[in-house]
Amino acid sequence: MTTVVLDQLVPARAGWSAVVRRGQLLTITDLAGNQAVDCLLYDAHDTTVRYSAPDTLQAQGSLFLTKGSVLLSDEHTPLMTVLADDCGRHDTVGGACSKESNTLRYGHHTWSQHACVENFLAEGARWGLGKRDLVSNINWYMNVPVEADGTLGIVDGLSSPGLKVVLRAERDVLVLVSNCPQINNPCNGFDPTPVQMTISED
Amino acid sequence: MTTPETSTATTVAARAHARAQHGRVVECMPQLPPPEGTLWAETVAGGNYTHLAVPAGTELTLTDTEGDACAHLLLYVTGRPWERLNAADTVKVQWNAYLGAGSLLLSDQGRVLATLVEDTSGRHDALTGTSAAARNAARYGDGSAHGPSPAGRELFKLAAAKHGLTPRDLPPAVSFFKGVRAEPDGALTPTGSAGPGARVTLRAEQPLTVLIANTAHPLDPRPGYHCTPLAVRAVPGRPTAPGDGPRTATPEAHRAFLNTDAANSTTLEAR
Repeated sequence: MTTVVLDQLVPARAGWSAVVRRGQLLTITDLAGNQAVDCLLYDAHDTTVRYSAPDTLQAQGSLFLTKGSVLLSDEHTPLMTVLADDCGRHDTVGGACSKESNTLRYGHHTWSQHACVENFLAEGARWGLGKRDLVSNINWYMNVPVEADGTLGIVDGLSSPGLKVVLRAERDVLVLVSNCPQINNPCNGFDPTPVQMTISED
Repeated sequence: MTTPETSTATTVAARAHARAQHGRVVECMPQLPPPEGTLWAETVAGGNYTHLAVPAGTELTLTDTEGDACAHLLLYVTGRPWERLNAADTVKVQWNAYLGAGSLLLSDQGRVLATLVEDTSGRHDALTGTSAAARNAARYGDGSAHGPSPAGRELFKLAAAKHGLTPRDLPPAVSFFKGVRAEPDGALTPTGSAGPGARVTLRAEQPLTVLIANTAHPLDPRPGYHCTPLAVRAVPGRPTAPGDGPRTATPEAHRAFLNTDAANSTTLEAR
């Protein structure tokens, strides 16, 4: 019998955070499709141990996250495992948008727009985390191919309404999410939409 | 049995024993005073690290002298280390996963930390970072800093501490002299080394604190731990100036240098 512990709608552009206890499942539902969900993970009891995109790539030998991917910390220990994935491909190379990086990617006219790093800072502050704690993150549902010559870019998403990713916590994990507010980028079809975060347990 | 000449049983003898080492030269050590025209010259042993703070404009040349070095690198702006290397922005903003001549190493503040002005290797990695103790322990039996197969992260912790920084200050690193390529399906293939003598030169666009761990690449497919010395040489120079090619190579670079100029001029006014 599966029990829902927490079920919350994250509005377009908003941040979200929660602790997912060891063994619990976190389901991220892309309600309207083509929405990038930027995500950082921390050991809930020792936040100096945090998600590491490089360690995760090393361990699985592939750029893309999907079912079976184990999300590792920078101490090379498991934080969460992708148990199910309707989409098939998620990014962990492209990081989060910020006011600062947006000035490089699009122009200084974007300075006053929303950005993921602001969401991460605001959510992280609720748990005693600061800028030092922000590292390369996961981008659920974001599509970032790499060409033979190294050309890399965020392109149209592979997601569609209602797709789900299911993660199992391998220890008590603090999850920070920025439901990406980008409006200059195909990562969310130039139109941020809400997502659903559901924590459940058997 | 200790002979009288080498006895260290007394303070005087111990002092004489220690002082007898003065002037000894080995391969992996700093050259002091630095050779004329250089700020710093050092050879970092395989499985070891170094750290240095350099003024803006410094040109830092790393050389893989024997062909099996791997220079894992982290950069911070000296005096405000919350501005630091952002590997994700570095690849995303420049629309390229691979580092080479002309690449910029970008901070998390939309500014340039360093420009890669020379590259004779072409085998670098901005994706898979450095190694952790647990991974090296699993692969080689040990990942501790002073063991036979140290992990880059363990060495970075030490290097960072010497600048008042903690593990929280360690973001993903980039690596020089051992490459990785991504296949269309996402598979990551190590490309190994370009061979002995390959070098890269990084120009500091702001005052930088540089941490370097010279450790085996995390995707090195060989069963043993292989890492040979890394030569590090810093010479005075000037930051990339208006009119220089890297500034206007792309619109993203142009704006990154504008942001960097503003930061550097603020620093000047503060003085």
